[in-house]
Amino acid sequence: MPLEARQAHGSHTTAKTPNLDERSLALRRLVIKALEGGGRGHLGSALSLIEILRALYDDTLRFDSARPDWPERDRFILSKGHGCLALYAILADKGFFPMAELVKFCHFDGILGGHPDAGKVPGVEASTGALGHGLPIGLGLALAARLQKRDSRVFVVMGDGEINEGSVWEAAMCAGKHNLSNLTAIVDYNKLQSYGRTAEVQDLEPLADKWRSFGFAVHEVDGHDMADLNRTFSALPRDPNRPSAVICHTVKGKGISYAEGSPAWHHKSKISDEEVVALYKELEA
Amino acid sequence: MRRTSLDMVYELAKQDERVVFIGSDLGAGTLDAFRDEMPDRFFMEGVSEANIIGMAAGLAMDGFIPYVNTIATFLTRRCFEQVAMDLCLHNLPVRLIANGGGLVYAPLGPTHLAIEDMAIMRALPRMTVVAPADKEEMARFIPLTLDLPGPVYIRLGKGGDPIVSDERKGFTVGKAILMREPGRVLLVSTGVMTNRALTAAELLNESGLGCGVLHMHTVKPLDDEALLDLASQVEAIVTIEEHTLVGGLGSAVRDLLCDRLVTAAPPVLRLGIPDTFPDKYGTQDDLLAYYGLQPDALAHSIREFAAKVG
Repeated sequence: MPLEARQAHGSHTTAKTPNLDERSLALRRLVIKALEGGGRGHLGSALSLIEILRALYDDTLRFDSARPDWPERDRFILSKGHGCLALYAILADKGFFPMAELVKFCHFDGILGGHPDAGKVPGVEASTGALGHGLPIGLGLALAARLQKRDSRVFVVMGDGEINEGSVWEAAMCAGKHNLSNLTAIVDYNKLQSYGRTAEVQDLEPLADKWRSFGFAVHEVDGHDMADLNRTFSALPRDPNRPSAVICHTVKGKGISYAEGSPAWHHKSKISDEEVVALYKELEA
Repeated sequence: MRRTSLDMVYELAKQDERVVFIGSDLGAGTLDAFRDEMPDRFFMEGVSEANIIGMAAGLAMDGFIPYVNTIATFLTRRCFEQVAMDLCLHNLPVRLIANGGGLVYAPLGPTHLAIEDMAIMRALPRMTVVAPADKEEMARFIPLTLDLPGPVYIRLGKGGDPIVSDERKGFTVGKAILMREPGRVLLVSTGVMTNRALTAAELLNESGLGCGVLHMHTVKPLDDEALLDLASQVEAIVTIEEHTLVGGLGSAVRDLLCDRLVTAAPPVLRLGIPDTFPDKYGTQDDLLAYYGLQPDALAHSIREFAAKVG
């Protein structure tokens, strides 16, 4: 497939995305609040994730924020740990920890670091940040649930750049072998990794076919369309004998017009007060 | 030693439902009885060490005690980040049973020689590193691994190693075993080098140089107390390991003496493998001889060192 066609394939599903509603804007404002507190963060990587996490935490996952270690809960791993601003926003929103923690993002004595730490943050199952670790761990959690006859499900969100890692495909092969229908691999396919376009750095296409060939039941969605996401997640597992893969076509920096699709916003440090004001303005209802 | 360790894992699994076994692509027939009797808890997942460690972490997060077995080099070098992040950062009770520690795979060359494994594992917070001397000591050790907190790296010898451990001396993780009372010199050794250290000590004793042997089966955490106590009683210390001199037992011993002895520490001679990739094949014994680590050569080096000290 020619490069331009591949890019078009990646963007056509997001072109019809409805405008962000108030809840999506509010969650993004929480992301900016933490970003402002820390003066830095992987903004673009977090903003492509918001609707995926919203669909998971609002309508899909079984959890009790008052008992983060409840054995019967579903397990969620943000394998692309650098997208943690989005995870912190939704966990704070759900009451896993006080909202006041958000402004202490990356502070010396805060619990919210630049990558999520399971030892510090209630609701974080695994410490991630080194890429390619979430799916193998999720596979182990899914096997544990099966052995213990729990109906807990496991969801792992990976970045598109992240799945360059070989360990992802080792785990994919293994999950397929074990027919782990309680495991769902979700790819935040925003088409941009740190250096530039995934199509140029390390092309992933044909991505759905790759997951399919590793034994997954695959579905592709617009990762910013709540109805599409909820329909997809509520229909899991897509096959009673296979793990599921959901490829979410997303926009890096979604919701901030000048950050959308811009590698410059993958990670930002030394955010100025003026930039923060501008970011909030973009997210007004 | 390997057979004993795996047999023990099988016995533990029969008694404790938390025990699972994960191999990569081990030899045909490995733990067939385990697989036949407890198939749900037996995993053979192919040549995919990064995945296997992550998978073990996931199982351990929900209460299982995974015993992971493959060749030492692939458990240390290949998936170092997974061991560091998935196991150590999360402080999970995963046991790494490492085949062929040291020079065991001599005929297979540097790709299979685990001569920096202890340095690599020692560098990780929360990791316990143990190298038993023989299969009987292995049999005393493995049952203790059920209840140890955090990850454990278990270094295996070739098998058929002479039995030098003594049941009456017991086995406690982190507590060195004094195999022979010191004279002027204290030898500190680990793993299968303890049998060679004992032979060297015997030779030296016959020629009038009193040598004790402290078997430091647990390289991390080091038995600080035993070492500091004995260090104050001897004129010289010699460390003996089947490992490079970078970061292994000798380094650990010297670090401790430098950091903790208020009075002048006794001089330390470290005997091990130089900072190199071995350039010969042959057998484990051949390579140990090549690097001066068989009893006669050890005795010679120790005698020369003692002469300089004294």
